[in-house]
Amino acid sequence: MSTHSKHPNGTFNPVSAPDFLPLPQLRALQLHRLQGIVQRAYDNVSPFRKRLDERGLTPKDIQTLDDIAKLPFTVKDDLRDTYPFGLFASPMKDIVRVHASSGTTGKPIVVAYTQEDIGVWTNVMVRSLAACGLTKDDIIQVSYGYGLFTGGLGAHYGAEGLGATVIPLSGGNTPRQLMLMKDFGATAICCTPSYFLHLIDQAPDAGIDFKSLPLKVGVFGAEPWTESMRKCIEAESGIKAYDIYGLSEIIGPGVAMECHCQAGPHIFEDYFYPEIIDPKTGKVCDEGEEGELVLTTLGKQAMPMIRYRTRDISSLTSEQCECGRTLRRIKRISRRSDDMFIIRGVNVFPSQVETALLKVEGALPHYQIILTRDKGLDAMEVQVEVTAEVFGDTVGTMEQLHSRLSKSIETTLGIRANVRLVQPRTIQRSEGKAKRVIDQRKL
Amino acid sequence: MKVRQLSLFLENKPGALSRPVKLLAKAKFNILTLCLADTQQFGILRFIVRDWEKAKALLEKEGFVVKVTDMVAIEVGDEPGGLAGILATVEKAGVNLEYMYGFTLRQEGKGLLAFRFDDPDRAIAALEKKGVNPVRSVELFKRLEK
Repeated sequence: MSTHSKHPNGTFNPVSAPDFLPLPQLRALQLHRLQGIVQRAYDNVSPFRKRLDERGLTPKDIQTLDDIAKLPFTVKDDLRDTYPFGLFASPMKDIVRVHASSGTTGKPIVVAYTQEDIGVWTNVMVRSLAACGLTKDDIIQVSYGYGLFTGGLGAHYGAEGLGATVIPLSGGNTPRQLMLMKDFGATAICCTPSYFLHLIDQAPDAGIDFKSLPLKVGVFGAEPWTESMRKCIEAESGIKAYDIYGLSEIIGPGVAMECHCQAGPHIFEDYFYPEIIDPKTGKVCDEGEEGELVLTTLGKQAMPMIRYRTRDISSLTSEQCECGRTLRRIKRISRRSDDMFIIRGVNVFPSQVETALLKVEGALPHYQIILTRDKGLDAMEVQVEVTAEVFGDTVGTMEQLHSRLSKSIETTLGIRANVRLVQPRTIQRSEGKAKRVIDQRKL
Repeated sequence: MKVRQLSLFLENKPGALSRPVKLLAKAKFNILTLCLADTQQFGILRFIVRDWEKAKALLEKEGFVVKVTDMVAIEVGDEPGGLAGILATVEKAGVNLEYMYGFTLRQEGKGLLAFRFDDPDRAIAALEKKGVNPVRSVELFKRLEK
């Protein structure tokens, strides 16, 4: 395939072969696997069987890929309600690993893997890292947390499977991360985009100039981010930033990954079947339409997920990517339907606030949104840290900055927010996922 | 000819001012003069110290955003019209005065003030033409620290 010459190294990595399956073969494979997984779930997962029975459905009703729309959705609460092992389709003797969500409220959600599932996960992670040009010659620093969270181990198995050298740093201890990144000559890093921004922030203190490091690739995921954040990261650090997508309920990182074209993550469709639905009606959207991403695991033994509602807002495109992959792409996920908050009747996503701040400052400052309710009236405060780039010694400069930020938020969101300039490093830094919204409203 | 001033962004809340002041004290920096601008929400602390580079590094290490600005130190006659004459000169040169504050030093009937002009070089040129010589930093520190 001539398109392979566009690969950054000018070579085609054989591990990526399944990414280029001709469409008729890919669709046939998907249908075959879908029928298998529905049968497996029906035979082994009683809540699923009950739901099908209630609707008068059997696995035999899946004759085409479109028939998937007949099946009921699975939602996060289904995992909570069956805590801990209620949705497992394999006996415990076949399960080799469990992971669990960080779960900020109540019990976590638990996911399981057979040996074969770990193989599938490794396979899609290897293909993810290969898609952005990484090879066995690379030194990959894994700064996702290791443990119950899928990020660390997922990236680890992928990097090892690729044959690269892995630095299994896990999260936290930023000065050490920076020191080892430099001393070990890491050429790639896997972490959340907000943590990488934190590393960029802290680099001068550690006497490190990112642009002089061998680091060239960042594989960023596990939280929504924006195209402007990518531009900011690439400009500040001189690396290429790629978007990886995944969630524990489906497998972990490696559900979708961007190729070197950086044109939105390709879904590894041979293992994950994507749909976009209207989150309100549950109807499947047309191609290109924005809605909630729904995924079905086509090859997961221990815990099949059928039509799992991810709460991530995206759209799907089958437009041919320059890389030649036949895998459809999702639009970068910059918001989640459950990140959204409603204030004075207006739907607001943190990413919109980000866009507004970027318009004024050029780079993304640390910020936090605080929602309060006073005498039944909702108020939104956006705290923005003052950076060296925007700080001026006259009151006029600072008041002008304040009013430009307020105006930008109002034009972007359509509602007023109370902007508060705060001292640098006063907003809590997360070493994992950034907590952007604090809702103090008591309902 | 110019004197370096450091500025810090502070939130308008209890303790905001004492933190940097304590840090500077602990590291034995003598604040020669300072000026605090405040609004309802935030404040800007501006001050002059001798080893401004070291003070800046210290404060930045502690997480402050520090801005360096060129100030012009001028001796002003301690008599009616002393300041008016200086202002007339810079106004005529088209220079805008952003703010100013004093040093606690008075010598030979003259007070010493720190001026923040939007264009310090043009202000200095205009003042020198009129025979007003801004105080150099070396001379300034010598006088203030004797």
